[in-house]
Amino acid sequence: MRVIGLTGDEAVAYAVKQCDVDVIAAYPITPQTIIVERISDFVANGEINAEYVCVESEHSALSACIGASAMGARVFTATASQGLALMHEILYIASSLRLPIVMAVVNRALSAPINIHGDHSDMMGSRDCGWIQIYTENAQEAYDITIQAFKIAENPTTSLPVTVNLDGFIISHSMERVEILDDDDVKRFLPHRSPLYRLDVENPITIGPLCFTDYYFEFKRQQAEAIEGSYKTIMNVMNEYSKVSGRNYKFIDTYGIEDAEILIICMGSTCGTARFTAKRLRERGEKVGIIKVSLYRPFPCEEVIEAIKNAEVLVVMDRAVSFGAPSGPLCSDIKNVLYDFGLKIKILNIIYGLGGRDVSQNDIEQAFKLGFKLKLGDIKDKVLWLGVRE
Amino acid sequence: MSKTGWRNLPIAGIIPKAGSSLEYKTGTWRAFKPVVDESKCTFCLLCWIYCPDGAVKRFNSNKKISIDYDYCKGCGICASECPVKAISMVEE
Amino acid sequence: MVGGERIMVTLKELPLEDYIVSGHRMCAGCGSAIAARMALKAAGPNTIVVNATGCLEVATTIYPYTSWRVPWIHVAFENAAAVASGIEVAIKVLTRKNLMKQQPNIIAFGGDGGTFDIGIQALSGALERGHRFLYICYDNEAYMNTGIQRSSATPLGAATTTSPSGRVIPGKKEWKKDLIGIAVAHSIPYAATACISYWSDYINKVKKALNFNGPTVIHVLSPCQLGWRFDPSETIKIGRLAVQTRIFPIYEVEYGKYKLNINVTKPLPVIEYIKVQGRFRHLLEPQNSHIIKDIQENVNLQWSRLLKLCSIG
Ligand code: SF4
Ligand code: SF4
Repeated sequence: MRVIGLTGDEAVAYAVKQCDVDVIAAYPITPQTIIVERISDFVANGEINAEYVCVESEHSALSACIGASAMGARVFTATASQGLALMHEILYIASSLRLPIVMAVVNRALSAPINIHGDHSDMMGSRDCGWIQIYTENAQEAYDITIQAFKIAENPTTSLPVTVNLDGFIISHSMERVEILDDDDVKRFLPHRSPLYRLDVENPITIGPLCFTDYYFEFKRQQAEAIEGSYKTIMNVMNEYSKVSGRNYKFIDTYGIEDAEILIICMGSTCGTARFTAKRLRERGEKVGIIKVSLYRPFPCEEVIEAIKNAEVLVVMDRAVSFGAPSGPLCSDIKNVLYDFGLKIKILNIIYGLGGRDVSQNDIEQAFKLGFKLKLGDIKDKVLWLGVRE
Repeated sequence: MSKTGWRNLPIAGIIPKAGSSLEYKTGTWRAFKPVVDESKCTFCLLCWIYCPDGAVKRFNSNKKISIDYDYCKGCGICASECPVKAISMVEE
Repeated sequence: MVGGERIMVTLKELPLEDYIVSGHRMCAGCGSAIAARMALKAAGPNTIVVNATGCLEVATTIYPYTSWRVPWIHVAFENAAAVASGIEVAIKVLTRKNLMKQQPNIIAFGGDGGTFDIGIQALSGALERGHRFLYICYDNEAYMNTGIQRSSATPLGAATTTSPSGRVIPGKKEWKKDLIGIAVAHSIPYAATACISYWSDYINKVKKALNFNGPTVIHVLSPCQLGWRFDPSETIKIGRLAVQTRIFPIYEVEYGKYKLNINVTKPLPVIEYIKVQGRFRHLLEPQNSHIIKDIQENVNLQWSRLLKLCSIG
């Protein structure tokens, strides 16, 4: 174990190197290019025994990953924003074919207007694609989750692709201190993949046939079961990794939930700011708390309910907008879970930080204040846009 | 025929059994059937190579060909291409 | 081997076995089925097939049946060449890591829609990157599987459901795209045209192509009775006419060097090809005679251009 200074992008690249990846296929759209640039360096310098395919589009990037994964290789790609949108068609195919692929998504806004900065619009636009989706808070988590993602994806009963989400610029481009595992520890944690099935001339199978009304439905049911069944795999991998690394990984992370009246629920880098602010407010005696959702798909319903059940007001912060929907994507999930568990807790949905708009401690404080106002009945709004000019 | 439920189907829609379409007989599509006149056939194999359905069977041992009516769709290519007119198309 | 020697095989030497077997649901008399069957006979069982969405893909893998006896994968319409790229690099690295011993051929099949139109970007990328694989475009000159819509491979004058022959517009207005020209522009080791009616030329080209250490492309004309509107028994005859009228010349390009494989010294007039297909029927009307003339002139022009490239004449 040692500590080095890395940006989020570099941390992901370093993890990929240690994971002995076989094939990387990627197309460079900023800001994720640093991930693939670093990996290219590793390949060019012989530090990793892999094939790097510089494809001509994100669509082909994921297509090549599917081909390589179907051969039984360990496969990685990275993308962001428009690139993820261009992959959309192939995202569904990768998960439907149950092919393990790990993809770093440097989350950023979708056009138009074109904007290169961080928000969650890209991943939220593809949230139903059948991939396991994990959000990270900082470069350390981006590193740790990347390593875990391979083990989750390649687990034979799970066998699904996984995205590792890191906020554009805030995580991807900020230099942080990152604790790096020894190569041997990673190797032990992550033995080489043994695929569920593969393209093999000695056992020729057909992958990706045509299914009509008589079978398609069954395969979707099967796929739903696969991602729902992945909770157990993810939990086991997180527990095992926590032992190896000494850093604790769970589906959600909480702060101050024991007695909190107002709880902020959020994802990604904002969680750090939110936790810091909550700490300060609690020092002043305010009963506030934080829930960080790390595992977004499959959604950790039970863990979330357990954490929010005693709160009076939930402030759900969405860094993406679901146009025309009753609330943002994360908030919709939370409401859904509340209903299923028969709980009625007041909810304020805050849309924030679109196109990389900065989120400060003041903003978080403001979000808590709005939560208190909702508790007192001083505001009626269900959805508020924080930090936007009127 | 009752079809398999989702729990027991192979994963991801893969078809593990190579060449399983042999269980699906396309011979029922046929309106005309090719009939080979063995006395004319020179075993040139043109019908064998041009059949889109692999329905012309080739037997090297006795240098004979025969039509597999389980699969022959009756397109008539074999009859058209036979250089010695050894195949005629007969209404079913 | 750097270059592909032409290893001429005879029909008797071809394997008895099919690697794409009976029971598929391609139309009776389908030229594309013939193209795939011949290619697999040439390539043999040590082959992985990637199939773009299209006639061949849908009609050979209707769940729970598959006609393929080689490992086969279909991902989407526009990305067969990209999927093949991933397979090729995976084989390389897994071999290097001693995790794999087989060295299979890789063949990607795409129809003309999946190649000339929506798949051209992925194909260009894969050719530029130099992956070792054979891309076979089985060209039936329209989107047949979805109901005969025009592609950029549809010939001028042909009626399709999206380039119908109407009162004002007599079928497709544009010339067919030059796929081999595009392939050759990538400086790949080998590119060739072929036609299913010339089995020996085609099968031997597939064998040859698989011997190059890099990307190769074969553009094989595969007549379609349904979309071209002729009797299913005439598939091979129509293909022969395409070649004998010089509408579809048969040549190959090895490391940039053009070679005419079938020299049509006494060409038939293009009308012989046009008049036997329903898709061209409207061209036989007197007011459209100039179109036939244009087609003939273009064929003459393209042929002399090709002869120059082949350093003939
Ligand atoms: S009629 Fe067509 S399908 Fe039948 S054997 Fe002849 S070529 Fe094959
Ligand atoms: S084409 Fe005619 S002569 Fe040749 S093998 Fe077939 S039936 Fe016999």
